[in-house]
Amino acid sequence: MEPLAGTFESNRDSEPGCESWWNFHRRRFLRGGAMATGGLLSQGMLTKIAERLSMASESKHSEKMRAKSLIILWMQGGPSQLETFDPHPDSKIGGETTAIKTSVDGLRIADTLPQTAEIMHHATLIRSMVSKEGDHERATYNMKTGWRPDPTLIHPAIGSVICHQTEDNIEIPRHVSILSGQWPARGGYMGSVLDSFQTGDPKDPLPNLKSYTDKKVFENRMVDLKSVVEAEFRRGRLRDLDKNKTLHESSTGRATTMMASDQIKAFDITAESKSVIDSFGDHAFGRGCLAAIRLIEQGVRCVEVELSGWDTHAENYSLQSGRCKILDAALHSLIKQLDARGLLDQTIVMCGGEFGRTPTINIANGRDHWPTGFSTLLAGGPFRAGHVHGQTTHEVIERGNDPLKGIEDIVRIEDLHATLLHAFGVDFAKELQTPIGRPLSLSKGNVIESLFV
Amino acid sequence: MSENHVPPFLDRIPPVMPPVLNSGDSNSAASDAAGSDAAGSDSVSRAPKLESRWKKRLLLLSIGISILAAIAWATSPRAKLLHAPETIASSFDASIHAVARQVDKAIDANIADHKLEKANTADWHTLTRRISLALIGNGLSLEEMRVVEQLPEDKRAVWWTEYLLKDRRSSDYLAERWTRATVGTNNGPFLIFRRRKYVDWLADNFEKGTPYDVIVRELIEAKGSWTDAPQVNFLTATMDENDNKKPDAIRLAGRTSRAFLAQRIDCLQCHHDYLGKVNFTDALNENDDHGAESMGTPSTAVGSRTGEQADFHQLAAFFSGTKMDNPFVGLHNSAPDYRIKYLNEENESAVSPTVPYLRELMPETGDSRHKLSVWVTHPKNKAFARATVNRMWAILFGKPLVEPLDSIPLSGPFPPGLEILAEDFSKNGHDLKRLIRTIVCTDVFQRDSRMIKETGSEAVEQEHEDHWAIFPLTQLRPEQVAASIHQACRLIAIDESSSIISRLELFGGVNDFTKAYGDQGDDEFTQQSVTIPQRLLVMNGSFVSERINHNPIMNAATRIASLVRDDQEAVKTAYLSTLNREPSGAELNAFCERLKGTQGTARSEAMGSIFWAIINSTEFQWNH
Repeated sequence: MEPLAGTFESNRDSEPGCESWWNFHRRRFLRGGAMATGGLLSQGMLTKIAERLSMASESKHSEKMRAKSLIILWMQGGPSQLETFDPHPDSKIGGETTAIKTSVDGLRIADTLPQTAEIMHHATLIRSMVSKEGDHERATYNMKTGWRPDPTLIHPAIGSVICHQTEDNIEIPRHVSILSGQWPARGGYMGSVLDSFQTGDPKDPLPNLKSYTDKKVFENRMVDLKSVVEAEFRRGRLRDLDKNKTLHESSTGRATTMMASDQIKAFDITAESKSVIDSFGDHAFGRGCLAAIRLIEQGVRCVEVELSGWDTHAENYSLQSGRCKILDAALHSLIKQLDARGLLDQTIVMCGGEFGRTPTINIANGRDHWPTGFSTLLAGGPFRAGHVHGQTTHEVIERGNDPLKGIEDIVRIEDLHATLLHAFGVDFAKELQTPIGRPLSLSKGNVIESLFV
Repeated sequence: MSENHVPPFLDRIPPVMPPVLNSGDSNSAASDAAGSDAAGSDSVSRAPKLESRWKKRLLLLSIGISILAAIAWATSPRAKLLHAPETIASSFDASIHAVARQVDKAIDANIADHKLEKANTADWHTLTRRISLALIGNGLSLEEMRVVEQLPEDKRAVWWTEYLLKDRRSSDYLAERWTRATVGTNNGPFLIFRRRKYVDWLADNFEKGTPYDVIVRELIEAKGSWTDAPQVNFLTATMDENDNKKPDAIRLAGRTSRAFLAQRIDCLQCHHDYLGKVNFTDALNENDDHGAESMGTPSTAVGSRTGEQADFHQLAAFFSGTKMDNPFVGLHNSAPDYRIKYLNEENESAVSPTVPYLRELMPETGDSRHKLSVWVTHPKNKAFARATVNRMWAILFGKPLVEPLDSIPLSGPFPPGLEILAEDFSKNGHDLKRLIRTIVCTDVFQRDSRMIKETGSEAVEQEHEDHWAIFPLTQLRPEQVAASIHQACRLIAIDESSSIISRLELFGGVNDFTKAYGDQGDDEFTQQSVTIPQRLLVMNGSFVSERINHNPIMNAATRIASLVRDDQEAVKTAYLSTLNREPSGAELNAFCERLKGTQGTARSEAMGSIFWAIINSTEFQWNH
């Protein structure tokens, strides 16, 4: 299969206009390229050649591509749509929440988000998200990857897909999870190289980036590692062992580069003015949002910032209000800062959780899991600003009745993913060869065209 | 090989098989002391005030003694399990060797067909490390290396296998691998799933040598409470926290077919198989000419049909009668009640439980899960034995014979060796330990992972690994990396005989490290590449630094640096403790240069740096 790769390279250089030919042979090339370097395929990765072929076929989409980066504000636990972006005050399901006006005429959101109300003219609000998963772990997987859990294959999170489909030349990870909890974004079948780099509160130094020995000792250790132990191990093994098989030494090299890189400063929010830092709120999540902006400025493709604690089976209103207070300042400042720094047009912000919460209030004053008819907020990139998509009913949906009743303009999880990938100019329908030998598209959803400008 | 040479350092580490007093003795001694004090107090005073004072003193004394006894119990090692080399009789009988030779013959023929050269047999250091990583998840301790060294060189690998098969650590470790395959790594429903109990139940059965078909039948047929009958957790793991009346029949069908039969039929849940990936056949694949098999030649493909949506749901229907009306009683059986609206159908239809192939193997009587369990484990249902062999092969080699691990086509083609091992497993009472012994006995397992030519040229291609001409190089899983680091940095083996504190330190450390490193979940045999955060964690993380920095009580690096004054012996000891081999000449020279002239803390730090370089190497973090 090696000649295939060679054929491609020569054709690509001499006949850059052969789009249809490339597309026609794309799957064959993907499979061929992957098989040609069987070692890498067995490691659950798609080859670089396959990656470049994939990107070649999507160049026709590049005109539409406006988004460069994605910031996901991940609300782990299931934020209540009724206490955030889809209140139904004065109804049987409304609870204690009231609605307030926003910067968009006719749009009202919960009184728990007063600052967010001021930036809604930048946002696209989806009030009709529908999932088939009501368990936290499965629903989180579903929302982060766009696929329901499949025991035979781990799907990549959307940040990993975007990184896979793009190329950058930066010294720090392109996919970052700040305050990641139990289920951070993973590269899945695309390989653990696309797993998100996990960090904690930006007020603390990045973990494991500094050697605990002085510079001289560290340098000696690196010399011994490379020229003594690794050199001995390489003898009699696969040619270009690191490149063709382990990537161990090259990962060590990249880790060392990162340790010494100036770009690491992007994680350090203390370089920002006090007023900017304060505007995000005195909370790890707020600091995470500010760090996300700095990382995006540095060229990072996808940053996920997590705010957990939304699983309010008891005392829903007070607990959701507490979470909203943290979210409100951070989300408001995030959008404002992205706009002020000229980044909002090329950055998509997505804010939401794995599902919403029940319209009915249980005996513990809580709301339970509700995957049918919850809200997700988008902002920036090519999305329509000040737009609301879908709606839910204020009527009580009893258990056993059609849960989709009263939801208009339903957006399935996979549709949201297809739409996001489309916003990045990614041809999400194209199929890649997965390690289990099954060709699989990047998303099986449909683009919600009405969300775009 | 200088296996009989005992370095001076050996005299200074604790003896290998010390007759350690059982902590129970100190407890009883304490009790006796307390008892005699109590007797004394009764006879000393009759006056009420004095009696009260004596009672208080006695109480305080008892509490003090109890605390001291508890500390002694927690910190002292138990009686050592490391038996003298000669005390473990080998169970590698002639029939095991015969089967291993058949496997070798089949694989060698395939290698010859591809005109490939085979690697030589690996040295005993490499073999024992391999066996350790596969059966307990970490390399050998220095203490264990010294014991193995006392045996004749040709007996070391076999003895070490036998020793580990009798060591509880191997049962625990294999149970964790099987737990991942059967219930995954999800936390499961909080109130009705006890993962720890499930792992322990599996480990107990592995330790006892319960036939594997019996274990699987117990899992599929489990009834009762998930605490009283831990095997019930196989079923309750799939229950929904919000509606915990019934296990999820669909998830159980998927797990049963994948974990026990290596049949990935999950796609049939929604539609017929239109990719030709799921095929069923009623042919029994009775093929005696195993040596002729190869991946390119289907052994039998008679009567094969593609899977249909009904196949999946008929399998799921076996679990549909399993219910939990009363949590105190647990799961019980009722009549199967399964309905599904098939794709492109307008209405739901009732589904009767039945199996997708070889229906004649299913008994006519018994409840539905009993029928399923008998069919799954029937000796003529060869998928069961193949699935088990493939999983065990993956555990021992780091990669399965057939990839993906849980997808082996019913009608082949099968890779050389698979059918031979499956048949032997089936005919010998589904004995997992025999299967391990057989695989370890093969030349394939004992092959080197490299080929060093006198000319110095590199001759290894990926093809060599693909056809098992060399032992495959595979990345250690996170828990293997963590446990190997921990064990390498402690001179004494951490096993059942270790103190509670030592074992807790290992357990907690491995868990934390695995979480930070990135657990692959139940997909643990899929090879991934090394990531930057993983490298940073090992290079700069506290898990490693705490274990290699100056610590004269706990850390191997410090103890070797201070106890072994000869630089060459110190470097050799460090290599035995970490990589379980002796250093090459170049390595010895380079690291002796680092130790030259050092003393005290500086020597300890220099040794810590040697440990750092080794632990961060490809060799340490990959199985080879």
